[in-house]
Amino acid sequence: MERIPILKMGEFLLVSIQVDMHDRLAMTLQEELTQRIVSAHSRGVLIDISSLDVVDSFIGRMLGHIAAMSRILDAETVVVGMRPAVAITLVELGLSLPGIRTALNVEKGMELLRRKEADRLEFGDGSNVPHQG
Amino acid sequence: MEQATSGNLADILSQQETDILSDWMALQRSSSTRRADLIGDAELHRQSQDFLNAFRQGISSRKIDDIEAAPWQPVRDILTDVSRTRARLGFTPTETAMFVFSLKQALSRAKGSEKVSREEFWTANSLLDRLGLLTFEVYQKSREDVIHKQQRELLELSTPVVKLWDGILALPLIGTLDSERTQVVMESLLQSIVETGASIAIIDITGVPTVDTLVAQHLLKTVAAARLMGAECIISGIRPQIAATIVHLGVELGAVVTKATLADAFSLALRRTGQFIQKARPQFQENSRGTDTNT
Repeated sequence: MERIPILKMGEFLLVSIQVDMHDRLAMTLQEELTQRIVSAHSRGVLIDISSLDVVDSFIGRMLGHIAAMSRILDAETVVVGMRPAVAITLVELGLSLPGIRTALNVEKGMELLRRKEADRLEFGDGSNVPHQG
Repeated sequence: MEQATSGNLADILSQQETDILSDWMALQRSSSTRRADLIGDAELHRQSQDFLNAFRQGISSRKIDDIEAAPWQPVRDILTDVSRTRARLGFTPTETAMFVFSLKQALSRAKGSEKVSREEFWTANSLLDRLGLLTFEVYQKSREDVIHKQQRELLELSTPVVKLWDGILALPLIGTLDSERTQVVMESLLQSIVETGASIAIIDITGVPTVDTLVAQHLLKTVAAARLMGAECIISGIRPQIAATIVHLGVELGAVVTKATLADAFSLALRRTGQFIQKARPQFQENSRGTDTNT
């Protein structure tokens, strides 16, 4: 069965979705991703959707779920590489993906995560950051 | 019977084509709808000759009562061409249609036309009427084409995306924002975000005369689409009346940052992207940077 690879890059995880999503695949991805966040102590997840021509409400909801789950595990989620046509379609469908951070490409997403991480270490909200300073 | 009578008119036409043409030309020249300023005599003569020639061939066919039939194709082509040019040149619809209608008089004055049966004359008459209406239709259509073309040009003209600074785009909107324009604005904004890698887009609505619920919704859509591409939007250029309207209508702008002027929005954008602009010292501008580092 096909799987979506989850790559570890430092303290972040990188997921590149390049195939058509369906229920089973989405479930597997969510399961594996949450496990990896815990086992790798990741602080952020980058989801690259630049190879997707179509993003429907199903994928939109899945992205929302992943973001919510990661947040509970104290990892920030950034969706990167959305195409202009996809963005317009999503907005026309009324899906503006609230609660999900976005960036233009992987590079900018990574930068965003690093900045968030630096902010968190600097102003540390305490409860979720065990190793401050 | 019909064949015989139509042959009759066709005979008159083919035998006296030059006479009818010169009579028709005289009629057109003396008519009040003649626009000597827009079309030259030679051109008019050429048009009339072509038309009369095609008309003769059309009328010598059997299908005298149906201008959609194949024998009338050349006539229709010539007429379409004539009225399209005239519409572009600035003729009025009447002046365009009179080209065909004036032929009636020329035909009725031709020698031997009194022998043509009333019935046949009637058929030819209504035929010419319909040809006149055809010019009218073509005239209208070419005018509409011009309008559509201008609309398209206006659409492109009024939605520029400008790069203000590194990573900062500005989108000065001029005119009313309907759904069609929103689509164009959105597409060009998102495309520019991809091209420039900008992280902040300033939407300036100084040139938008009114903001109602629909316009606000379109603005919010654009903001949402830009956010999905990883760019933050600032709406600027909100005039006092518009601010009042937005509140009175109960439009919820949500988390979108709004600023009164483009300058305010720009300074916020600079701050957000970690850049700043400093005033140069009035004196020794050239050297100031060098000495600064030493002190």
